[in-house]
Amino acid sequence: MNSTYWSWDTFLDALPFVLQGLGYTVGLTIASYLFALLFGFVWTFLRRLPNKVFHFVVTWIMEFIRSTPPLVQLFFIYYAWPMIPGIGVTLSPFTSAVIGLGIHFSTYIGEIYRSGIESVDKGQWEASRALNFTTIDKWKKVILPQALPPTIPMLGNYFIIMFKEVPLASIIGVAGIMLMANSYGAQNWAYLEPLTIVGIIFLLLSYPSAVLIRKLEIKMNTRFDKNATIKGN
Amino acid sequence: MTEPIVKFQDVHKSFGDTQVLKGINLDINSAEKVAVIGPSGSGKTTIIRMLMTLEEPTSGDIIVGGTNLWKMEKKGQMVRANEKHLREIRGDIGMVFQHFNLFPHMTILENCMTAPIHVKKEAKEEVRDRSIQMLDRVGLGDKLNNYPSQLSGGQKQRVAMARALVMRPKIMLFDEVTSALDPELVGEVLEVIRDIAKNDDMAMVLVTHEMDFALDIADKVLFLDEGVIAEQGTASQVIEHSTNERLQEFLHRFRK
Ligand SMILES: Nc1ncnc2c1ncn2[C@@H]1O[C@H](COP(=O)(O)OP(=O)(O)O)[C@@H](O)[C@H]1O
Ligand SMILES: [Mg+2]
Repeated sequence: MNSTYWSWDTFLDALPFVLQGLGYTVGLTIASYLFALLFGFVWTFLRRLPNKVFHFVVTWIMEFIRSTPPLVQLFFIYYAWPMIPGIGVTLSPFTSAVIGLGIHFSTYIGEIYRSGIESVDKGQWEASRALNFTTIDKWKKVILPQALPPTIPMLGNYFIIMFKEVPLASIIGVAGIMLMANSYGAQNWAYLEPLTIVGIIFLLLSYPSAVLIRKLEIKMNTRFDKNATIKGN
Repeated sequence: MTEPIVKFQDVHKSFGDTQVLKGINLDINSAEKVAVIGPSGSGKTTIIRMLMTLEEPTSGDIIVGGTNLWKMEKKGQMVRANEKHLREIRGDIGMVFQHFNLFPHMTILENCMTAPIHVKKEAKEEVRDRSIQMLDRVGLGDKLNNYPSQLSGGQKQRVAMARALVMRPKIMLFDEVTSALDPELVGEVLEVIRDIAKNDDMAMVLVTHEMDFALDIADKVLFLDEGVIAEQGTASQVIEHSTNERLQEFLHRFRK
């Protein structure tokens, strides 16, 4: 089966093979996305602490993580990290990828949270204080319920963006659809069909998600028209 | 006579290099209604924001119910108050803002109920009854389940008052509560304040430009000018019989 042109036989043969990787691809997307959602909160929280030096250091670390390619970060976590004496730990490819992609994208997601929090009118903080809320209740009852809903569409977009970055993890050995397609290609000297399959799977999963997110965005916007005040209202 | 419920003792406030308040001395007795008038930028808002703990004085003392608001004792020394200390005193103070600051994601009933339930840990049923009663009193008993964005400015401001009142403060602060409203909505809000002023026995501090209203309800009027209390006395003394030139000039602009 040494065809260098398109063959439906190869296509049908490669399909189940590539699909074996779907669980890892989707699993890694979800796991690293959840990690990024959680870790985004950590950044946002750290940056709100009053100490100026600390604020500067955290902002700089975030900037550093964002300006370094995720690929380099994956390599670092998987290959270089275990070699650091004392704190080095050997992690599985999957765990490395969850942490690597999760931390990388958490810096963007932290930015989204921040913009959401900053969009809450100053008067809301003052009213919470005048009503004597504790800090925790202020966040729980007043600030977050207003700060988070408008960020949902942007957060959704990052889910798709991260989904599309997940094939990177094939390079440290996460057996997702990308790695499966690649190894099918190497074994059978047929790359066209398996890689086409990968493209189709991404299209089939990304496109409906994008549509869903657009719907959500419209819903969030109209929700804001109906129930919420615009600034200074 | 009993101790004043609020005392300002030589209170100064600067923002950066700008000195806004230059030595405020002021006594407010419990149940007293105090109107604060003065030109824009004279520091009226800053005075009540310091009392609401939204702004910290640069120097001087604010005593609320015998306790220093912004300072506390620690190992025999007076140090800057921490949040716990502020919270204890803040519970006695309520405020109504110029721009209402209602919670947009809650119905108006929820706006009223949330603080008594979560801050004062009162029983939900009792709070609900009291909130409905209070919303009835401000004329919004038929809007309980509406959201703030569905109300007019005047209605929003009346909700804001109900929300502050269900907390049963001893001191209520009003910062130009009608100045963001369309002229035809001012009356309904003043009517509610008048009702509170005449029937409730809490102390009230009102920053206002409504001189007739101040004459009607205030026991005491302060004229604030360039960071000091330039004139104070009964409403009639200050608004009708003062000879202070700056005050005359100021009043002239507000009374036709
Ligand atoms: N947070 C702030 N930062 C800087 N300047 C402020 C701040 N708040 C008030 N000011 C200034 O303090 C002065 C008094 O303000 P304010 O108390 O709001 O006056 P009023 O309510 O009498 O109009 C104004 O000149 C205002 O610009
Ligand atoms: Mg003001």
